[in-house]
Amino acid sequence: MRLTCPLCGDRDRREFYYMGSEDYLNRPAADAPIAAWDDMLHLRTNPAGLTRDLWYHETGCGSWLVVTRNTVTHAVLSTERVADRASGRKGAAK
Amino acid sequence: MRLPGKGLIDRTKPLSFRFDGRQYHGYQGDTLASALLGAGQRLVGRSFKYHRPRGVLTAGPEEPNALVEVLDGGSQTPNTRATVQELYDGLQAQSQNRWPSLRFDLLSVNDLAAPFLGAGFYYKTFMWPRAFWEALYEPLIRRAAGLGTLKRQHETAPYEKAFAFCDLLVIGSGPAGLMAALTAARAGADVILAEQDSLMGGRLLVSGESVADRPGLDWVRASLDELSDLPNVRLMTRTTVIGAYDQGTYGALERVGLHLPAADHLPRECFWRIVARQAILAAGALERPLAFSNNDRPGIQLASAGQTYLNRFGVAPGARVALYANNDGARTVARQLMAAGVGVAAILDTREGVSALEDCPVWTGVQIADTRGRLGLSSISGRHSGGEFELEVDALLMSGGWNPLVNLACHQNARPVWRPDIAAFVPEPGMVPGLTAAGAANGTFSTHGALAEGQGAAQSALQALGLRPKSAPLPRAEDAPYVVTPIWSIEGKSRAWLDFANDVTVKDVRLAAQEGYASVEHMKRYTTQGMAPDQGKNSNIAALAVLADATGRGIAETGTTTYRPPFAPVSIGALGAGAQGAGFAPQRFLTSDQASRDRGAPMVEAGLWYRPSYFPKPGEKTWRDACDREALMVRHRVGVADVSTLGKIDIQGKDAARFLDLVYTNTFSTLAQGRVRYGLMLREDGFVMDDGTTARLGETHYLMTTTTAAAGPVMRHLDFVHQAYCADWQVRFISVTESWAQFAVAGPMARMVLNAVLDQAIQDFPFMACAPVTVGGIGARLFRISFSGEEGYEIAIPTAYGEALFRDLLSKAETLGGGPYGMEALNVLRIEKGFITHAEIHGRVTAFDIGLEKMISARKDCIGKAASQRPGLNGPEREQLVGLRLLSGSLAGAGGHLFTPGEHVHRETDQGYVTSTCFSPTLNAHLALAFLKNGRARHGQTIRIVDHMRKTDVLAEVCDPVFLDPQGVKLRG
Repeated sequence: MRLTCPLCGDRDRREFYYMGSEDYLNRPAADAPIAAWDDMLHLRTNPAGLTRDLWYHETGCGSWLVVTRNTVTHAVLSTERVADRASGRKGAAK
Repeated sequence: MRLPGKGLIDRTKPLSFRFDGRQYHGYQGDTLASALLGAGQRLVGRSFKYHRPRGVLTAGPEEPNALVEVLDGGSQTPNTRATVQELYDGLQAQSQNRWPSLRFDLLSVNDLAAPFLGAGFYYKTFMWPRAFWEALYEPLIRRAAGLGTLKRQHETAPYEKAFAFCDLLVIGSGPAGLMAALTAARAGADVILAEQDSLMGGRLLVSGESVADRPGLDWVRASLDELSDLPNVRLMTRTTVIGAYDQGTYGALERVGLHLPAADHLPRECFWRIVARQAILAAGALERPLAFSNNDRPGIQLASAGQTYLNRFGVAPGARVALYANNDGARTVARQLMAAGVGVAAILDTREGVSALEDCPVWTGVQIADTRGRLGLSSISGRHSGGEFELEVDALLMSGGWNPLVNLACHQNARPVWRPDIAAFVPEPGMVPGLTAAGAANGTFSTHGALAEGQGAAQSALQALGLRPKSAPLPRAEDAPYVVTPIWSIEGKSRAWLDFANDVTVKDVRLAAQEGYASVEHMKRYTTQGMAPDQGKNSNIAALAVLADATGRGIAETGTTTYRPPFAPVSIGALGAGAQGAGFAPQRFLTSDQASRDRGAPMVEAGLWYRPSYFPKPGEKTWRDACDREALMVRHRVGVADVSTLGKIDIQGKDAARFLDLVYTNTFSTLAQGRVRYGLMLREDGFVMDDGTTARLGETHYLMTTTTAAAGPVMRHLDFVHQAYCADWQVRFISVTESWAQFAVAGPMARMVLNAVLDQAIQDFPFMACAPVTVGGIGARLFRISFSGEEGYEIAIPTAYGEALFRDLLSKAETLGGGPYGMEALNVLRIEKGFITHAEIHGRVTAFDIGLEKMISARKDCIGKAASQRPGLNGPEREQLVGLRLLSGSLAGAGGHLFTPGEHVHRETDQGYVTSTCFSPTLNAHLALAFLKNGRARHGQTIRIVDHMRKTDVLAEVCDPVFLDPQGVKLRG
């Protein structure tokens, strides 16, 4: 398996660390109800098809990526740097 | 029996080899199988279950019978296919699965007991008594069955792994593969042509037909000459593509040194990962055996194998040969045999109404009823449309038609489709993205068809690659239609084998169907058909056809079992190449490594690092002697320890302070410059992630320390928090763990040692201070921090100077009665002080559990704060960190569980567990750290520690985890 790091190019899967769903990006406000935190931390769908999850280019540039891929066909559809999309997003630490 | 003058072997290079201790001769270019057949050795093995005598069935990697052990260079490789093993001078091999000898095998008694050993006999016979399974049945079965044996020694032979990238991977070098490679290479594509055989050419090596109006072999050689002259082509012989994986990745196994005597410098095999933008499957097809009574005797062979032995190796299948087939292909073989002077007794055609015009007797509508010959075929008998027959023959070549090698196309779980016209499964386009089948692998059997499809597939691939194919005429070749009348089993007097390798007969498959195992996957597992080393390559299609017949369904409806990688056996040594022993994981060495080893310190692994365990002195008998001495040395004098393994992260930027406030539970923006603070880090789910000290080196410059174990995870975490939640903050950080060597100097005389090495002596350097210093003019950093509870410093210096500083510190310490201390003493010192490590913060404890809930600042948010306050993570039901002082006995390690004395010991009454233990020479007591339910309220109570693993059962007093100097007087002193 290979992922295309937007900074480093096409790289072997072994260079990356897998974290999990992109839900981790949606950090609730500090005073959000516990259910919101539960949702972000633990509740996951298990899609057959399109999924978006977080990968870390650990032995490369250190970028966290959102990878869009298909769990049925194993196709990797796109990769995007978390930092490029995170600025100003909802739930960002103030 | 060798035929003079025939074949591609080099008769000027005779080779000698041994099989079962006997000396034989062959030629350069032989396989072990062809050399044995050439020497007249028909019997080469015993079958798996019934120990039936077996000969060579095929001439390729699909061989189910001729599996041997190759002995070379002290190694013993079982289940080597004699049809693949190339001959070299001095080769030694032995047959398998026989005792005492191949000709006389006592376990062939199993064959007489066959009525009791049919499909599913394991499940029926060995059901009871239950206790007999492990003690009797399993060892018995394991001895009787199983093929080769292992030496039970570590594999020491060298293996390699390699990676390759190309535009087009062509799998197979027959007419389709060669034509595809030529077409793509001429257009400039970067081509890899992989061929499992030692020679390229596929069927053209043996078929004797012509291509482009010249002998097929000449066309092959000319094509290979052209390809090998092109810089954009890599020809890989002896390379079997074993799997088709995602994104155009293919696994391949290359036999690098298996055809040569073992040598230390020569890898046996190389495992390739080939990434191809496009691929063409031109792997050809495998001939099917026919299932008739006693069809497994040595001397009975596939027609195509007979043709290969004749034309490639110059070996006649026998003195008097019959051919048995349901298609026209065998006729060609018969003609070639006769032309070579081999006696052909008859062609036995299963079909009615086909031509009988040959230079030998041709019978039609033939059903072979039985065969004879104990260790090799002597006669066959049966019926044909004109009556009954009995023929004295020593070889029978059979052909049940052809199965395209669809395996790789099915590796991503798509199923092949049944084509009734050729009675075979073929791949469909798109089963593996980027992979196209061509030629016989696609069910197109004529040479013309193969060349045309090879060219067409290459042209499509070129288009997908954005390259323009050059137009070239297709070489003229044979274009006869393939006509086959399938016949899946022939009724006769005895058992008819489907799966030779696992001894599965037609009767077994019918029995499976009768007993309800009607799905092909169930039948496979019940009969073990297709589960031998050949993975059913010779038997899958016939077996499912017999099953389809027995269950009254069609073949298409019955379907195939799942085709999984690897296509051919892959040795674990090749898959794990480079990862044996020290190659298993990278090793990280401290700058002080040699200095520690010079002092005889045993090294222990800490993640990838190697750290000194203790520094033995003359007269010390055990590690404990050294450990006790080192711990007391630090308490009373001074000790030096290398702590460079701790993670160091340099953090800079305008928002560095703000960032630390977000990742740590406590506040770092208020930390003064030149000061150090202990920090606690949580995971977002509220559990403790790591702890450590962070120093403020400047207004916008911090240096974070992590534990050794969490250095990587913390870096990853910081990157995540920054990029996901505050990417616009002006903060950057980098790991500097390997840039600095860092040494702890601890004990009442620590300052004296430091001042002996520092360019400028320190006077008043308060607890938790840090400052730049110089050592011999080299810039260093000094921190007043302690993991021992003593007056302690850590001095960091660029790694280039680490070893020198370490040796210098030791010599200074030793003049004061101090010295180095290792991990064992370090552990004792920190347990005495109740300092935690990842033995305590193991991922399931909260800040509350370790008594640090007050470190979660109420005045700011931090990672993990919200979740740390959720119900269940705080309160008396939690297991809390406590100290344990043993009242009697000792503990050999952590892991014991805590129980209230007097209570029954079982899971429900479990009160907690021990995480760290030591003997404290300072307190002369056995101590432990533990997590105990509501532990902080239970100081002073007695608790029972039960360790079922080490069989200890002791009592301890619960106390504060800080056993020594709870006020920190010495620390701050």
